Amino acid sequence: MSTTQARERPPQPHASPATPRKFPRRVHRERLVARLLVAVALAYVLVLLLGPLAGIVYYALKSGLGVVGQTISQPDVQHALYLSFLIMLITVIVNTVFGVMVALVLARDRFPGKHLASALVDLPLAVSPVIVGLMAVLLFGRGGWFEPFFAARGIQVIFALPSMVLVTIFISIPFVIREVVPVLQELGLEEEQAAWTLGASKAQTFFRVTLPNIRWGLLYGIALSAARAIGEVGAVLIVSGAIEGKTETATLLILRFFDQFQEQQGYIVALTLAAFSIVMLIGIETFKRKRTREAH
Amino acid sequence: MAGAIKVQGLTKSFGDFRAVDDVSFEARAGEITALLGPSGSGKSTVLRMIAGLEQPDAGSIWVGEEEHTSKTPQERRLGFVFQHYALFRHMTVRQNVEFGLKVRKTPRPDARSRVDELLDLVGLGPFGGRYPDQLSGGQRQRVALARALAPRPQVLLLDEPFGALDAHVRQELRRWLDALHRELGVTSLLVTHDQEEALELASAVVVMRRGRVEQTAAPVDIYNRPATPFVAGFVGASNMVRGTVENGGLNFGGPAVTAVEHVAEGADAQAYIRPHDVLLARTAGERSFPVSVERRTNLGWVSKLQLRMTDGQVIHAELPNEELDGIEEGDRVHANLRNAKVFSLDAGDPASARGDNGPGPAVLHTSDENDVLAAQISQS
Amino acid sequence: MADTAIQTRRRGGRARLRLGAAVGRWPLRGAALLYLGLFILLPVAAILQRGFGTGLGNLSSALSSIGAWSAIKLTLILAVLTAIINGCFGTLLAYVLVRIRFPGRSLLSTVVDLPFAVPTLVAGVMLAALYGPGSVVGGWLERHGIHIVDAPPGILLALLFVTLPLVVRSVQPVLLELDLTEEEAARVLGAGQWTTFRKVVFPALRPAITAGSLQALARALGEFGAVVLVAGNIPYKTLTAPVLISQLINQTSYGSTATSGPDEAAAVSALLFGLAFVIVLVTEKFSSRGAGWLKT
Repeated sequence: MSTTQARERPPQPHASPATPRKFPRRVHRERLVARLLVAVALAYVLVLLLGPLAGIVYYALKSGLGVVGQTISQPDVQHALYLSFLIMLITVIVNTVFGVMVALVLARDRFPGKHLASALVDLPLAVSPVIVGLMAVLLFGRGGWFEPFFAARGIQVIFALPSMVLVTIFISIPFVIREVVPVLQELGLEEEQAAWTLGASKAQTFFRVTLPNIRWGLLYGIALSAARAIGEVGAVLIVSGAIEGKTETATLLILRFFDQFQEQQGYIVALTLAAFSIVMLIGIETFKRKRTREAH
Repeated sequence: MAGAIKVQGLTKSFGDFRAVDDVSFEARAGEITALLGPSGSGKSTVLRMIAGLEQPDAGSIWVGEEEHTSKTPQERRLGFVFQHYALFRHMTVRQNVEFGLKVRKTPRPDARSRVDELLDLVGLGPFGGRYPDQLSGGQRQRVALARALAPRPQVLLLDEPFGALDAHVRQELRRWLDALHRELGVTSLLVTHDQEEALELASAVVVMRRGRVEQTAAPVDIYNRPATPFVAGFVGASNMVRGTVENGGLNFGGPAVTAVEHVAEGADAQAYIRPHDVLLARTAGERSFPVSVERRTNLGWVSKLQLRMTDGQVIHAELPNEELDGIEEGDRVHANLRNAKVFSLDAGDPASARGDNGPGPAVLHTSDENDVLAAQISQS
Repeated sequence: MADTAIQTRRRGGRARLRLGAAVGRWPLRGAALLYLGLFILLPVAAILQRGFGTGLGNLSSALSSIGAWSAIKLTLILAVLTAIINGCFGTLLAYVLVRIRFPGRSLLSTVVDLPFAVPTLVAGVMLAALYGPGSVVGGWLERHGIHIVDAPPGILLALLFVTLPLVVRSVQPVLLELDLTEEEAARVLGAGQWTTFRKVVFPALRPAITAGSLQALARALGEFGAVVLVAGNIPYKTLTAPVLISQLINQTSYGSTATSGPDEAAAVSALLFGLAFVIVLVTEKFSSRGAGWLKT
């Protein structure tokens, strides 16, 4: 027994070699503390995250699966779900393609103002979605900067799909970039340089060497951005006008149901989206684990 | 298929820092040339410029009859081996080796047989389906070599290829590379900071320091006829002692211990002597000087001795035990220098007057020993 | 050091070098900058111009109108509370996930990412379902005088929900990278668990905790979806700034610019945006110490 341990607790009798040693009280206490910490963490998560999830499952299914089926087959619900997915798809494609480009530049290129660029990438995470919606209105709505240009060509931006896509792109810009950049930085440039010396062009190198190397980080970023896109409500509320059957996304539909006291239907649509999110979540976790495993 | 590499007046700066300063040399066709120097000497930068991974600020690069200076790496058709292998981690060994062939659209059967050929050559035939993270460092480097050689490059560039490996793997691969080169005969340029490696593998060595070439010569000449104090001190173990030049000889405040040329009379000088060139005797000779034996460490068949001169300087000798005649710690004996390289004291200053055509150091030998080496000094 | 000057940096045994002229810089850079400029700079400019363009007069008239100051105050207080509470619990969760082994650890890790996958509106629905007066839990709380829904605690819960992963994900990687030998040295020298945490672990985590909390703060300031269904949106009581902005805009959402709604909305938005931007810059300052996703 060292004297340092004596400071922590009263001295214990020596165990004789024949009898098994008891763990000192210090280790016991540490284990207790660990268990306590875990308990607190679990309790917090239960109250905050899991409980509400259970709540929604209960409420959505309360009146039976028949109502669920009915609700989902309603035309306005079907259109809303379709619209949400469509917007998400376009958003994800745009943000993936451009996000990878931006990531390549940020991770490898050197130019002044890189910090500004990275702050710009982080900005959509900090800005309230309603402000994003307002920005779009100021640019494309009546009296907006670009309104004459589009009006002259008969293109409806506000209260129509284009603006909804644009705002959704804005709020989900950061995800792909923020996940791909660290992977690129960790990988370094050597494999690409080796490919060049072997005769591969830039494009060939990108598709055969770079892309496979960043794939888990990229997929993780895509999954996060897809989840964010489909969950968007504040910005699309403002730019879309929430016109039933035309510009009403699934989230706006939920809002309308609750506004009109059709809560049961609101829960059902919410649960539908939640179910999709859980699937995304599993994807997210899988990609995250694969990315972490590869980095070490 | 082997061409010579010719580099002329290469210069490269990174910001204010001049990494490569007017470097010129030639790597002869079919031979291994080593670029040797300490870290920061610019040797890797030179190699990367030859590969096209960096752009020179000035100078030209020729391989064979073609000028490569402004070509992209893809156009140069060179093989490059990186210190940390740079294997494509998501491809198997076979896919790695095949890469250069696939990219040039080599037909499948030809590519496959070439890959087989190379995998056998590097001794990794059964490993074709493995991934890089399943291989040891030495194996990975062999894959890297096979990959670089697959497209039949005119020239092979190696950037400290064994630097990341254990000492004994390094030795093994060194011997293996030597054998490989004898078989293939590809013009190779090897960057290394390990002088033993350079001397063992290369038929010509370019010694670099601080972005400049200090000397270009065959290994034996680098070792025995260093052109500058830096080369003398960097290559092989060396003692460095100070003395003055009087009456055409170097002395330490006593009789001249070695004849000296090319250093001004009365100047202060620095002499480089290998530990095995410090000979001891119990009696004084014509060119000997007294030393006392401070330490003797017996290493089996050879001993290391720490000797102190009368002016306080210390030199180390390393001699076979049978020549030491019972000399022990505390003894006072006499030392003779064989093959000392003498430079003036400011010859090591890069701003010194030693131009490209300047005379080399004085390398003369005492008359004690009978090996007289020719006084030619090959320079860049 | 000469090696650093040559810009061949060895990190984890890999050399990283500049892109050099070997990669066509400008097409890539151009596309990246265009993307960022179009999607981020432009909208930001629009809102700043509209909000502050007519001077601070608009701002104060908007703020002195119904409920604006109160909304901003409420939002700020709740956001700060969120940052503090989740700063603590987020760190606790990160610690538990990294350092303690217990059954269900990977499940907990997945659940912590739930708010990233679930649409914010659905989060609000979930909380309303569980803690609203109609449910078992909510009813019980109401009877004991604890009002969650339609009261500030509900808003707080919603904000805690959506911001929890931000802190955890900020702290977790730093904890993973920590050199255990420092803690071991402290233990060998006699420090107890808490002392070791306080003096060795916590100082190393502080930048990450701060960065995560700041992200949570920014997010909480702007949160709309999770709040709008739970809060009840009672002016002066449970009306947050983002919801207020959406109400102001919707006053004129069907075209007319006659009322001052959008101007006031822009004013409040500009203020909120300014706050968010400041937070991003401050967080960026922490990131430049290497705690962020972009290492230069």
